[in-house]
Amino acid sequence: MLAKRIIPCLDVSAGRVVKGINFVELRDAGDPVEVARRYDEQGADEITFLDITASSDDRNIILHVVEQVAEQVFIPLTVGGGVRTVDDVRRLLNAGADKVSINTAAVNNPQVVADASGKVGSQCIVVAIDAKQVSPGKWEVFTHGGRNRTGLDAIEWARRIESLGAGEILLTSMDRDGTKNGFDLELTRAVSDAVSIPVIASGGVGSLEHLADGVTKGRADAVLAASIFHFGEHTVREAKELMRARGIEVRL
Amino acid sequence: MSKIAIIDYGMGNLRSVAKAIEHVAEGIEVVVTADPAEVLSAGRVVFPGQGAMPDCMRELDARGLRPAVLEAAHSKPFLGICIGQQMLFEHSEEGNVPGLGIFRGEVRRFPAGKMVAADGSRLKVPHMGWNEVWQKQPHPLWANIENGARFYYVHSYYVDPADPAIVVATTEYGIPFTGAVAQANIFAIQFHPEKSAHAGLQLLSNFVTWKP
Repeated sequence: MLAKRIIPCLDVSAGRVVKGINFVELRDAGDPVEVARRYDEQGADEITFLDITASSDDRNIILHVVEQVAEQVFIPLTVGGGVRTVDDVRRLLNAGADKVSINTAAVNNPQVVADASGKVGSQCIVVAIDAKQVSPGKWEVFTHGGRNRTGLDAIEWARRIESLGAGEILLTSMDRDGTKNGFDLELTRAVSDAVSIPVIASGGVGSLEHLADGVTKGRADAVLAASIFHFGEHTVREAKELMRARGIEVRL
Repeated sequence: MSKIAIIDYGMGNLRSVAKAIEHVAEGIEVVVTADPAEVLSAGRVVFPGQGAMPDCMRELDARGLRPAVLEAAHSKPFLGICIGQQMLFEHSEEGNVPGLGIFRGEVRRFPAGKMVAADGSRLKVPHMGWNEVWQKQPHPLWANIENGARFYYVHSYYVDPADPAIVVATTEYGIPFTGAVAQANIFAIQFHPEKSAHAGLQLLSNFVTWKP
């Protein structure tokens, strides 16, 4: 049976991992290669890098990071953040990314999803959806970290990007992100049921139980988390052991 | 003669494949090449592929690589990966295109009506992630790999060989499908060894020392 995936997410700025990674015995917690290798050893199924580099001068640094990680870590690597054009997608893939995540650019210009997937294949194109609840059972797509509303209904948008050629959806609840209260399971389930491509649940993980809930109650195909792993509270392996105990198929 | 050539016909990033092989093939030259002569002078050949099969076939021919691929597939240790496996067959449902026809059989899309898990939930397509690879026949490339080990898959189409004797592994996803085929000097897999952590590196290492 196909295993449900656990994906640690790292924020990278100007080539360095930010948000205080806190592994024991890690020589350089800011080194993306070392952190990625550590997650690989723990059994992470994929790794996602979110490039939050503010200065446009430093934008190309992520390409070097991806090259270095891809030379040493042999599991799938997704990169997102600031991806605007098909050229951006190609550069990241050529550097060694397996998938590229498009967020704001997909909202501003949905054609970029179609163009990119036509060029490199759907399997390489992840569309990130940041959603906020606006009424019971209704979620709206937001951009810019939840500041800008788009007027798009999250469920309809998910169906639209699937038809444009997205291969996967990275779904983040902006209501839950950073709260440690768990995924928005209702949102996750609604989107996962609406599309036939895989959905990664994100935003709000505070415990290992939350990860399991994302799969069993949210029907996510994969779960993404950052701080729960970064601060050494839990390892990916512990997460998988708990998920297996809950009857979820995992790679252990 | 010990050189390993990875055939580059412009479809997708081959760097990961090259790096993974370099990782396990110490002291052996690994080249990513679009030059038919270099393919033919290599001791081993890797035939990868990404994207859609019609594009892959078109780009292969645009670069004049078909004769070199056919020759290598008949004469050298040859590893097909993903679309590089699919292209060895006669025909694909994807874009209704002919393949290289080295193996008889069809490349099919996962049937929408069968995409249901044992618990009744819907199975997504593409089939993306780590799934169990069940070895159906012994083969030197399975050395030190547990039967049922998980490898990383990402695909919507799979090969359906006419000759069941070439099937060396299957995987279950709604239906049982062929994960690996082998015959003489050819070994071809749907999953991605370059992204499959230890099991994948072991398989590549087995390929590097394989003497068919």
